[in-house]
Amino acid sequence: MARRYDSRTTIFSPEGRLYQIEYAMEAISHAGTVLGVLAKDGVVLAAEKRVTGKLLDLSSAKEGGGYGGSGEKMFLLNSNVIAGVAGITSDANSLVNFARTVAQQHLMQYNDDIPVELLAQRLCDMKQGYTQFGGLRPFGVSLLYAGYDPHYHFQLYHSDPSGNYSGWKATCIGANNGTAQSLLKQEYKDDIGVEEAIGLVLRVMSKTMDSTTLGSEKLEFAVLTYDEVAKAPKAKIYKPAEIDALLRAQGLAKKDEDTEMKS
Amino acid sequence: METSFALTGKGYVIVAADTTAARSIVKMKVDQDKIKDLSPHLLMAYSGEPGDTVQFAEFVERNIRLYQIRNLYPLRPAAAASWIRRSLAESLRSRKPYSVNLLLGGYDTSLHTPNLYWVDYLGTVVEVPFAAHGYGSYFALSLLDRYHDPEASLEEGLATLKRCIDEVSKRLVIDPGKYKVKVVDKDGIREVEI
Repeated sequence: MARRYDSRTTIFSPEGRLYQIEYAMEAISHAGTVLGVLAKDGVVLAAEKRVTGKLLDLSSAKEGGGYGGSGEKMFLLNSNVIAGVAGITSDANSLVNFARTVAQQHLMQYNDDIPVELLAQRLCDMKQGYTQFGGLRPFGVSLLYAGYDPHYHFQLYHSDPSGNYSGWKATCIGANNGTAQSLLKQEYKDDIGVEEAIGLVLRVMSKTMDSTTLGSEKLEFAVLTYDEVAKAPKAKIYKPAEIDALLRAQGLAKKDEDTEMKS
Repeated sequence: METSFALTGKGYVIVAADTTAARSIVKMKVDQDKIKDLSPHLLMAYSGEPGDTVQFAEFVERNIRLYQIRNLYPLRPAAAASWIRRSLAESLRSRKPYSVNLLLGGYDTSLHTPNLYWVDYLGTVVEVPFAAHGYGSYFALSLLDRYHDPEASLEEGLATLKRCIDEVSKRLVIDPGKYKVKVVDKDGIREVEI
């Protein structure tokens, strides 16, 4: 029977596995690490950039135009949710765009920020669709969602290409996620504050990242807190200069000034 | 003519509506409930074009319940009010607009505050400390201006409500007769005898 699309991309194997999804997860395991930690007064996200180089034009990121970040790992989905992505960048961009649309549609209907779990669910429902119909490959992206809503306050979720998601106190996706996860298991405490969480995240990142020292060229950083005065969630994706200042404050900055390339 | 009142107090909202269902000069029913329970902490009194009222009220009720079942928790009163306003506004700009006036009273369980919204058939929504619809509003609103206290206890709030009801009975040419009074607070919805 003639078929327009090869609908064999997402079917079960004889052992009951979905290979395409597993292959997608394999792709993600080679991507830059993204780490998230939930604190009682905020959520912290950090990510390792893979697209770096002297010739990269990051002027918009440095000046703080747009919604923060270099557009590779950290994205503002809504005023109350930040996402960290790991996997195929173009797939991630498509999902982030979808998530932003969903969040605005909710805002239009209900005049209220979308609950974090609901946003994760919407994305997951879409991802699941790509594992079941259409003969299209799944999205090769895992996301960490850091968000706040009045019902469940601060939350951290992880979703994968299968369309499954779960809530976490601390988790890691991308390369070396096993190492990072065990480090987090040892060091995480339930009543951790956001300042401590920032320290924890940076320390774990320095141990799991491929590069020897942390710096703003390789690191993206974001924190979600609640502004008591404005009575609204505050999403901050750090600028490169702010990341360097933070690393210096934590004592994790590059010590050898001589090895820096003077441009 | 259908009369409804609502007022907020310390941690509660009282919603009251008359119980007469009339057609022309005949009272068809004297114990009609015109206040729908949309969710465990949300009440909606409706009035307006017969037929449109129940149709729209049930549409709202089912959709709010669907949201609650599908998602993790019920819609907060502010979000429900926005959704209702948008539904009414969209219907207004369609071939067959609904002609319904509403009083939406609810308790926000995350922010721990009572909320009251006055909605009219044009899709106007305002958050208010007290409100009324119908001819009775001409008498009730000035009384509420004078006697309403947003920090009043439930007993004081019910006493203020009784003033409005008595004034309408005294001065409106068609006495609405009995009222159904419901209260929503942190413990949910319950009916009270006035």
